[in-house]
Amino acid sequence: MEFGALSSVYGTLVSTAIGMLIAVPLSLVIALFLVEIAPPSVSRFVGGAIELLAAIPSIIYGMWGLFVFAPFMADHVQPWLASIAPGMPLFQGPPMGIGMLSAGIILALMVLPFITSVTRDVFQMVPAVVKESAYGMGSTTWEVTRKVTIPYGIQGVVGACFLGLGRAIGETMAVTFVIGNRHEISTSLFAAGNSIASTLANEFTEASDDLYLAALIELGLVLFGVTLVLQLVARWWLRRTARKLGAVR
Amino acid sequence: MKQRSLIYRRGIDIVIRLISSLAALFGMAMLGWILSIVLLKGLPAINWEFFTELPAPPGMPGGGLANAIVGTLMITLLAGVIGVPIGLAAGVWLAEFGQQSKTAETIRFAANLLMGTPSIIIGVFIYVIMVMTTGNFSGIAGAVSLAVIMLPVVARTTEDILSLVPSALREAALALGVPRWKATLGVVFRAAKSGLLTGVLLAVARVSGETAPLLFTALNSPFWPESANEPTANLTVTIFNYAMSPYDDWQTLAWGASLLIAAGVLGTTILTRGFLWYRSK
Repeated sequence: MEFGALSSVYGTLVSTAIGMLIAVPLSLVIALFLVEIAPPSVSRFVGGAIELLAAIPSIIYGMWGLFVFAPFMADHVQPWLASIAPGMPLFQGPPMGIGMLSAGIILALMVLPFITSVTRDVFQMVPAVVKESAYGMGSTTWEVTRKVTIPYGIQGVVGACFLGLGRAIGETMAVTFVIGNRHEISTSLFAAGNSIASTLANEFTEASDDLYLAALIELGLVLFGVTLVLQLVARWWLRRTARKLGAVR
Repeated sequence: MKQRSLIYRRGIDIVIRLISSLAALFGMAMLGWILSIVLLKGLPAINWEFFTELPAPPGMPGGGLANAIVGTLMITLLAGVIGVPIGLAAGVWLAEFGQQSKTAETIRFAANLLMGTPSIIIGVFIYVIMVMTTGNFSGIAGAVSLAVIMLPVVARTTEDILSLVPSALREAALALGVPRWKATLGVVFRAAKSGLLTGVLLAVARVSGETAPLLFTALNSPFWPESANEPTANLTVTIFNYAMSPYDDWQTLAWGASLLIAAGVLGTTILTRGFLWYRSK
């Protein structure tokens, strides 16, 4: 028998990439809303709700993804995507709902609260005096954000994204429910695939012989190595940033 | 810098404000969507049999998940019994004794890494060291894997909470000639009691919703859990198995179990957070 990790690694990369592409900009604007735009009472409430997204167990995301979100994607989002970009290899094939795109979107939802909360903290670290001097020059909120807050906190934001990336790559249950679990590589985002974590979740108890089991454990090792490196980079980066901003911790 | 009219700048500002408000609204809407679906689909499955009966074969009326409820409680409790004392002790050491030493920094770093390790990897690890060596899946292996996940969380929360206790309290106790351990247990712990309790509760609640580490440690079982040394039924793996099955009544049971898990985890989270917030006022 032969075992290869390519389709799993590919699926992990693609679904994570989709997730991050959606989660990063969304988290940034939500953090902006929480820190700069919303009044404190609203900010506390919305911030609490966003943090609650992180408390939902991933199996609940899986249930919702499989029975509610995937049919919604199949009925509404995927036909629409196929119609606005006809002939795009990314949006080919039957709109089944389950597949890379749905898995990526759910991943985005799951890492969103992590990136948002770190970004919010980073934005709050920007000294009020610096912001106020920009406001004093007549800047609008967006100008203060773009010219002061973001340049000041950009490194912290990058660190937050790394942390989110580490989460997304290792996420298991939600992805297993919606990715479709097929050992094939397809350019279409509508196609079913698998990720390292979903392969492990699905096949571990079925591994009949030693070599199969060893192959799966090695797949786990690959995942562990990747998340370890990502985390090391993220921690190192965040620590450097915190020191630069003069924060304790 | 390019000169731009005030109207243009104001316009951009309003557009950005709108986008970011909409994004926040979107996040809230998704939360609402998920929670309402779990509630809507889960409630019909919740009845007396759900809490009292063993699962029925597909097609048969009735049947519940009593064994999985008991199993989840058992595994979570066992995980707490293993993980919480070690985590607490580690946190105490970090906050009271290790402090800024090189060893403490290394342990903190390792705890952070462990916290970010995917839970399925913990499952594989426990499979190799406990299931492969003993030759069978067991509830205790599931509990150990949950304890490993809980450990760094409890340690770091404990440390954070203990470091909030003013050093004047410690010094006052030590100045009276109280030994260090007594000062820690009798003064620092007492001052931090409610914080520690909520921290531990949050950690336990979080792991009770975990699925991936149980998939190939505790496995699942259609029977009552009789000992911790055999495959043990639990709610989360049951949700996974039943959701993937083609039977409608099993899927309904899976929704019921989802509601139970979500209510348990989110309920504990909201209550403890609310309590912390109320106290900090």
